[in-house]
Amino acid sequence: MRYAETGFNLEIDLSRGSIERVETDPRDTELYLGGLGTNTKILWDRVPPEVEPFSPDNLLIFSAGLLCGTPAIGCNRTIVSTISPQTLLMAFSMMGGFWAPELKYAGYDKIIFRGKSPDLVYLWIHNDQVEIRDASHLAGKGAIETAELIKQELQEPRAQVAAIGLAGENRVYFASIEQGRSSASRGGIGAVMGDKGIKAIAVRGTRDINVARPDEYMELCNEVMDYIKWRNEHPIPGVMPILAGLGSPQEMAVHDEKWHTENFMWGNSRLRRKGFWNEEIEKQWTQTLESARKRLISCYNCPMKCGATLTLPGLPTYMMKCFSKLTYTMAAMSDLEFGLRIAQRATEYGVDGYSTPQVMAFAVELYEDGILTDEDMPGFPADNEERFYWLLDKIVRREGIGNVLADGTYWAAKTIGKGAEEYAHNTIKKHEQLPLKLSMLNPIYFLMYSTGEKINITQIEGQFPQAPFPKREQREEFVKDWFQVPDDRFKQYFLDWEPRGEKSIPFYPTPRMCCDIVDWQERMHYIDDALGMCAGLSSFPLKPPYHIHNYPKFISAGAGIDMDEEKLTQATKRYRTLVRAVNIRRGMRRKDEKPPQDHWKKRFPELEKELLDTYYEYKGWNEEGIPTKETLNALDLDYVAEDFIGRGILKDE
Amino acid sequence: MGEKTKKVIKTIKVDVDKCNGCRACEVVCSAFHATPKYSSNNPGRARIRVLHDPLRDIYVPVYAGEYVAAECMGRDKYVIDGKEYEECAFCRASCPSRDAFKEPDSGLPLKCDMCEGEEEPLCVKWCLADALTYEEREEEIEEQEEIEELEIGLEALAEKFGLDKIMDTVVRMSNKE
Ligand code: SF4
Ligand code: SF4
Ligand code: SF4
Repeated sequence: MRYAETGFNLEIDLSRGSIERVETDPRDTELYLGGLGTNTKILWDRVPPEVEPFSPDNLLIFSAGLLCGTPAIGCNRTIVSTISPQTLLMAFSMMGGFWAPELKYAGYDKIIFRGKSPDLVYLWIHNDQVEIRDASHLAGKGAIETAELIKQELQEPRAQVAAIGLAGENRVYFASIEQGRSSASRGGIGAVMGDKGIKAIAVRGTRDINVARPDEYMELCNEVMDYIKWRNEHPIPGVMPILAGLGSPQEMAVHDEKWHTENFMWGNSRLRRKGFWNEEIEKQWTQTLESARKRLISCYNCPMKCGATLTLPGLPTYMMKCFSKLTYTMAAMSDLEFGLRIAQRATEYGVDGYSTPQVMAFAVELYEDGILTDEDMPGFPADNEERFYWLLDKIVRREGIGNVLADGTYWAAKTIGKGAEEYAHNTIKKHEQLPLKLSMLNPIYFLMYSTGEKINITQIEGQFPQAPFPKREQREEFVKDWFQVPDDRFKQYFLDWEPRGEKSIPFYPTPRMCCDIVDWQERMHYIDDALGMCAGLSSFPLKPPYHIHNYPKFISAGAGIDMDEEKLTQATKRYRTLVRAVNIRRGMRRKDEKPPQDHWKKRFPELEKELLDTYYEYKGWNEEGIPTKETLNALDLDYVAEDFIGRGILKDE
Repeated sequence: MGEKTKKVIKTIKVDVDKCNGCRACEVVCSAFHATPKYSSNNPGRARIRVLHDPLRDIYVPVYAGEYVAAECMGRDKYVIDGKEYEECAFCRASCPSRDAFKEPDSGLPLKCDMCEGEEEPLCVKWCLADALTYEEREEEIEEQEEIEELEIGLEALAEKFGLDKIMDTVVRMSNKE
C-alpha cells in the first residue's frame, strides 16, 4: 500500500485527447519526496532544453504535495511546474486553497499535461471518471466566473476548480491560475495553461488517503495544533505585527499599513513616501477594507484565515490575500479603494498581483517620459486611475501596446527600445520583483535574491529575522525558545548581529554564516514545496510549527518512508540541485544571478563577489554556479553529470 | 406521573459567523472514524459537512443526524439575510434525496456519534476559530415509560383500521405460518 500519496498520476495528452492513469515508482518518492521534487525529476527527464515554453512538448504539471490530504494542518499546496515564458527557466509557482487535497481524494498525486488542445477545453476529474470537456462557451470568461459556471454545469458545488482568465488564454507572460481564494501567480504559468488550451481543471474526490502510522501521525498533528494555538497567543515581541504571528502576512486583517506604504516603493518601484501614513489615511483605508471585507477565510485544514472575501459596491465578490492588497494602490499612486476595485478585475482576468501593477506603472512612466507616445497608445486616458484600467484591458487582450506589455517589463523594454531598458529596473532573471529599494546591502538578502530559483523573495526568505534586534537582551530573549534552528550556531549568529558597528551589515553575518543561513532558509522552502505545506506555517514566519526536527517524523509516520534530518536534508539538496540543473541546461549562469542594480543604494562589489563565490562553493557548485560532478554524484544525480558532460557544460575531469 | 430524573444534554453550538471554511472539522472527523482509527482520511466520510460557498458568504457546518428511509415531501430553501441556502441545507438527515452523510462507496448512512470515547468532540477541538463549541448540561426530565417503536407503529395502525381488524389480521397471519 502507498501511504500519504496515491501512487498514481494522470497523464493527459491534449493533442491526442488521451487520458492515462499511470502508477508511479515509490523509489522516486524516496529520492525526491513529491510535489516540487518529483515534478522536477519529470521535467528533467522529459523536457529537454530546446523545448520552448509554448511548444507542445513543454509539460504543465499540477502536483499535490506528498502530505496533502492527510490531516497535517495547512498542508494544501498545489505545486504547478512548467517552463516559464517569461524567464525561460523552470517555474514552480504554488497555490493554497482546496484543490490539492481534492486531487488526492480523487486518487491522483499529479496531473501531467503535454501537447496542445486544438480547442479550448476543461478537465473534469471525479474519482475514476476523467473527461476532457468542451470549454468554448467559457472562452473570455473570468477565472472566478468560470469556476462558478463549471460547478453549476456539473452540478457539483463541492468540486474544486482551478481556472485561467482572459490573460492566460491570451498567453500573457504574467498570467496566473486562480483557484478561489488562492492563485499560482508567478512565472506566467497561466500563459502555458492557456497555450495548451486548458481553461480549467475541476476535481472532486471521495477516496481515502492513508497514513502509515496513524497514532503517531495524529499525535504529531495535535502537537502542531497546540503549538499554533500557543503561538497565536504569544506573538513575537519586537517585530512588526505582520511578522509576529503565523500564517501568510495577515494583510486582510490589519489596518496599519505604515510600514508597507512608507518602506515599499510606489509607482514603477521608484518613489519612497516617508511620512505618507497619517490618521486620516488610516481612517479612510480602514473604512474601505472594513466595508469591503465580508469574512476572513482559510485554506483547507488550516486555522490561520489569511484570506478574505471582498465585495465592493457594484462589483462581483472576489477573494484576496497577502500583499496584493497594496500592489495596485501603490503602483498607481492611489488609494486602497482603487486598489481593491482594480484587483477584482485583475483577479477575473487572472494576472499576477506583483508583476501586473509594475508593468502598468512602467508603461505610465515611459509615457510620461516621452518614450511611449500617443501614437503608441492611441486613446490613452488622461486620468491616472483610468490609465491603469485601460492598460490592464489592453494587456490581457494583447491589443496594441498591450501586446508588448503583456511580455513583462524585461521583454517589453527590449521591444520598445529607445532607452526603455532603464525603466525595466526591477527584475531578476527577467521577472518583476517586490517594489523594494533599500539603502545598505544586506548580505543574506543578496544571496537569496541572487541564487533563489523561485525568483520571488517571499518564497525564499523566512525563519531568520529580517533585521537584527536593537538590544542584546532582546536577542537573548528571542533565542531562548528558538528550537526550530537546525543547529545552535544559528542562535549565535543572531545574538551577535548588531544594528550598527563592526557586527552589522554588510560585513556581518560573514559570508560563511550567510551561506549557512540562506541554505537553511532555502531548504525549508524546498521541503514545503515537496510536501505541499504552506510556507505560512513553516518556512516563512519566525518560529513556525513545522521545522527540520519534526518534518522527518511527519514523513516517516505519514508516508512510511524511513526519514531522519540528515536523509531529509540530503533529499532536499537532491531536488534543489535538480532544479538548478534544469535551469543550467537552459543556459542560466552566474551572470543571471544578481539583484536589481538599484535594490540597494550602497553596494560592495568585492564583498558581493566573495559572497557569491563562497555560496557557490558551499553548495558544491563551480564558479559559474554549475553543480560539479562530485556534487552531482554524491546526490545520486549521476545522470545529470553525464548529461552536462555530454553537452560540454561540465568537463569530464 | 413519572419520576424526575437527570439527563445529560450534549450540545454543539455552531456559530456560523466565526466559521472560516477550513473544513478541519471534516478532516479530523473522517480520520477519527477510520478503521483503524486515524489510519485514513477522507472528508467524504465525515459526519459533519461544511456547506461552503464563499462568493455568497455561506458557511454552515451541519452534523449528520438520523437515517431516514424516505425523503420529505417538500424540500425547504431558506433565505436569511438575503442569502438563499440550497435545498435541505440545514437538514441533518441521511436521506435518499442527496448524497450527504453517506459513505461514498457503500452509500451506508453516516451519523455523528459525538466522538464516542473522546473527552470532547474532535471537530470542536480542531476548530480553532471557535465556530464550534461544546456544552454539556443536565436537565431534569420527567421520566416517561419508553414507548417502543412497535407500539408506536401499532397505535398508528389501530387509529387507521380499528383494533379489531388488526387483531383479526394478526390471527389470520399466524394461522398461515
Ligand atoms: S497559513 Fe494562511 S495561506 Fe497558509 S494554509 Fe493557512 S490560511 Fe492558507
Ligand atoms: S473547523 Fe470550524 S472554522 Fe473550520 S470549517 Fe469547521 S466549523 Fe468552520
Ligand atoms: S462530534 Fe465527532 S463524530 Fe460528530 S461530527 Fe464532530 S468529529 Fe464527527
